[in-house]
Amino acid sequence: MGGNSPCASCKLLRRRCTKDCAFAPYFPADEPHKFAIVHKVFGASNVSKMLQELPVEQRADAVSSLVYEANARVRDPVYGCVGAISYLQNQVSELQMQLAVAQAEILCIQMQQQVEEDPPVMMMMMPPPQLSNENELSHHHYFTTFGSSSTNNVIHDSFKRQNVFGHDMVS
Amino acid sequence: MISGRCAACKNQRRKCPSNCIFSPYFPANDPQKFACVHKIYGGSNVGRMLQGVPTYLREQAANALYLEAKWRIDDPIYGCVGIISSFYEQIQNAEIELAKIQTQVAFYKLQTQHVEAEPNLEVLQSQSINMEQFESDNPTITSWFN
Repeated sequence: MGGNSPCASCKLLRRRCTKDCAFAPYFPADEPHKFAIVHKVFGASNVSKMLQELPVEQRADAVSSLVYEANARVRDPVYGCVGAISYLQNQVSELQMQLAVAQAEILCIQMQQQVEEDPPVMMMMMPPPQLSNENELSHHHYFTTFGSSSTNNVIHDSFKRQNVFGHDMVS
Repeated sequence: MISGRCAACKNQRRKCPSNCIFSPYFPANDPQKFACVHKIYGGSNVGRMLQGVPTYLREQAANALYLEAKWRIDDPIYGCVGIISSFYEQIQNAEIELAKIQTQVAFYKLQTQHVEAEPNLEVLQSQSINMEQFESDNPTITSWFN
């Protein structure tokens, strides 16, 4: 602020830095690059005009955003901040798409779980197939045969496990 | 071929030369475009910035300058930086939401795997019962393995 040492803007513009210098609070002498870049992009008189139109308490924020914009413009002389906005817009779109996919996935899982917990009533209301006596006997025989062979397979497998591990795997 | 002065030369009240750098990008029928960039950057700065980019990119540069100037006029404190800030916030919120939902999906999938694994325990149990039955029915055979 004023005093003996001129602010960055007055140093660059080679003028006397007065007590009520409009730039001094926002462009201190130890940050010369800040004013240099806004001066390069916007021009000192335009920056002064913009700051004058704002309440004092909002000027610091305005200067920060002007410095940010000027930096972006120097980094990218064609698109400046518009390039960054375009990139971020794409990121937002992509994230929204991923969100939609994830939300659909979770809905799907929730619906599947609901179906498993409450199976459709129609299946439970269907009567079992009618069987004649002969068919019942052969049906029973089939299950007996199947049951014993499946039992044998299970025992065979458990024996194999015992031999390999030396202890009863089942308990 | 553009007849008459461009918006920039009209604004500056001067003759519009045939090689005017502004005329391809600031036509007379859109005076607001130049008025915006002039207010924020100043005419000479805009001319200098356009000269600093290759000719084939000047239209994009002029349009970007116009957009930034317009945003600065609409928001004199933050300009387009306010928009950038808003996008960062949107991205952060979307990432948090996405992480939450992906965690939920992973949880549901784990639950489903756990439920599918349970019937296997019943099979092992029934195997145990069958073994006991077999051993009691065939004490001689089982003694070979002990």
